[in-house]
Amino acid sequence: MTDGWFAGLDPDDVDGGARAIRDGSADEPADWPAQAVEAGFAADEDEYYDRLQSAAVAAARGAARDSERADDRQLIHAVRAMDDCRRTANELAERVAEWAASRYDDAESGVEYARTVADRSPEDAADERLISLADRVAGLADEADAHRAFVERTAPDVVPNLAALAGPVLAARLLDLAGGLESLAKKPSGTVQVLGAEDALFAHLRGRAPSPKHGVIYTHGAVQGTHPEHRGSAARALAGKLTIAARIDHYSGDLRPELEAQLADRIDTIQARSTGGEDQ
Amino acid sequence: MTLPDGVEYHVFGDSGDDEGDESEGDGTGDDGPGSLATRGEPVYGEPTDGEYRRWDPHRSKLGAMLALGMDTGLAGAETTLYLGAAAGTTVSHVADFAGPTYAVEFAARPMGDLLDATESRPNLVPLLKDARKPATYAHVVEPVDVLVQDVATRGQARVARLNSQFLREDGRLLLAIKARSEDVTRAPADVFDDALDDLRGGYEVLETERLSPYHDDHLGVVARPTADGTL
Repeated sequence: MTDGWFAGLDPDDVDGGARAIRDGSADEPADWPAQAVEAGFAADEDEYYDRLQSAAVAAARGAARDSERADDRQLIHAVRAMDDCRRTANELAERVAEWAASRYDDAESGVEYARTVADRSPEDAADERLISLADRVAGLADEADAHRAFVERTAPDVVPNLAALAGPVLAARLLDLAGGLESLAKKPSGTVQVLGAEDALFAHLRGRAPSPKHGVIYTHGAVQGTHPEHRGSAARALAGKLTIAARIDHYSGDLRPELEAQLADRIDTIQARSTGGEDQ
Repeated sequence: MTLPDGVEYHVFGDSGDDEGDESEGDGTGDDGPGSLATRGEPVYGEPTDGEYRRWDPHRSKLGAMLALGMDTGLAGAETTLYLGAAAGTTVSHVADFAGPTYAVEFAARPMGDLLDATESRPNLVPLLKDARKPATYAHVVEPVDVLVQDVATRGQARVARLNSQFLREDGRLLLAIKARSEDVTRAPADVFDDALDDLRGGYEVLETERLSPYHDDHLGVVARPTADGTL
């Protein structure tokens, strides 16, 4: 389309103008001010710029508000709901497996097996109960997947840098453990490193155990992909970058792709280290 | 060096000017006393003196290009497209001396500050858009005299080429390339060479200069579009 944002708009309709600016597009620019005056959208170019600014400010404000609403609280709720659904699905899947083993020859375990049971057609009253339960398991597992999809979609808007570095789900878990983006941004990197390893940390502080090397960031490829001997270094480097990412997300909000490259560079260096006789 | 109308060197009072004097000292292109300044409502807590507000080249790449005496071709009152407006630090100064100024920023978080800057500047048009997708704002932005680009993304030269369609034939691209956004592991000089090669696919490069001491690992570029502009 090659119409300006003002095409077909009532000049006084600021909301309509804001929508046109947010959602519209054109193949190439054109002398919009002159066209707008010609089309009678504005009496002169000054009036055009006035109307353009009102609509543009309304559009930017609306879009900014939408992204505010997708806040860290929502992510935390979603990741908790995801874990609850998954845990409950697993627990009920065990019940299904145990019950199914008493009735069918091909009984296995796990959520996937519950899904196959859910597809059976009942032959008696007990079957009906078992299959209904299996159906719930499948539904809960689907629900968990849906929550995960929501987290993956939302996290890059809420915490662009943290999500880029940690992945959306780990980013949400860190927010959860820290109690929100603001408190995560205010935590020192050493704390972020062991978030989720509180038991081990307090055992250590009581003098009963070595200090934990990592908490939930263990699930990150940078830690898992590193030889155990060097995982402490990797976890420290990762936590440092994640902390910086969280601070940028909280205080500034713009995406800094260089963080990812810096982390990759550092992790490469750590993983390239020799490991007591064993090669990588 | 010539500054555009509306940008001048101004000596600010004692308060907070110590810093200003220091930035004087390490600048290389200054030919006036005082600090760069434009006239307008303050935006980010910068020092002011009457109408004048100090334009700190340490916080603004375009400010650094002017302070270093690069020939930006700016005369004042140009129609401007600014990519990477962030919270509006630089673009507020641009709007003080330029004509209609379109400020494109992708991140929603800093938009609040940018919106504050628009309140006293009727010529400043904020656009929450992705500079890598010019079609999403081509229905709003008119052809411009100046394209200022300061985006921290990989492929900065590509963004400049994508947006060359907005520049009039005799327009100017004022680009700050951030080496660390392209590749932190390579030497900045190599990154700049590659970026300039890429840029030459749509522009004739007129002048380049490192923005030190104001900004580390940044290259200021002045360029003009070649006839067969886009990609």
